[in-house]
Amino acid sequence: MTFVLEVLISALIVLGGIFALVGSVGLVKLPDLLTRLHGPTKATTLGVGGALAGSMLFFFGIEGTLSIHEVLISVFLFLTAPISAHFIAKAHLHEHVALRADLPPTGREHGWSTFDGVPESSDGEQAEHAPRG
Amino acid sequence: MIEHALTFGYVAVSIAVLLNLWRLLRGPSLMDRVLAVDTMVINVIALIILFGIQQRTTVFFEAALLFAMFGFISTVAYCRFILRGDVIE
Repeated sequence: MTFVLEVLISALIVLGGIFALVGSVGLVKLPDLLTRLHGPTKATTLGVGGALAGSMLFFFGIEGTLSIHEVLISVFLFLTAPISAHFIAKAHLHEHVALRADLPPTGREHGWSTFDGVPESSDGEQAEHAPRG
Repeated sequence: MIEHALTFGYVAVSIAVLLNLWRLLRGPSLMDRVLAVDTMVINVIALIILFGIQQRTTVFFEAALLFAMFGFISTVAYCRFILRGDVIE
């Protein structure tokens, strides 16, 4: 039983390390920032999640103490990774305003809310479904 | 067996931190550097957790949690500074 547990913990730790490494390789290798965002936000977060799951299993199964801190850390990381990625992408779009021409049309009356601000709320129901131009 | 897995994890995450440092030094734009620091904080959290497993103590989880909060808040503050010219309006 302990052997199975050790194999499981080791597999989680190794998987976490591989995912963290893959995310950072993506950060170095990918061509521009909007693609580079994918590596750290997905792979690296998953890697830390693997290490945290291995740690939780280790302390519960082998040390015999139930620790909730890992759950807290992983929930916090999984919640905040998309938020920080969103902020970085938004700041990048504002830094390079020329990228605005490359954005696909929203298909609605108002453009991307990052650039055009919040649309009017009055008769928003009809404006929301009206096709663009 | 866990010792070998921990060694592998240390090596992998340390290489990841070095790659992040390369991006931090090289990064063509400002946001690349912010992203590199954000990723480096996450990798350091992984290192702290692996160290906690090796030392068989749960003391380091507070440090990991503090690192997570500090990294998130610093990223958001820097992005808001770029976006709005001010952190708290």
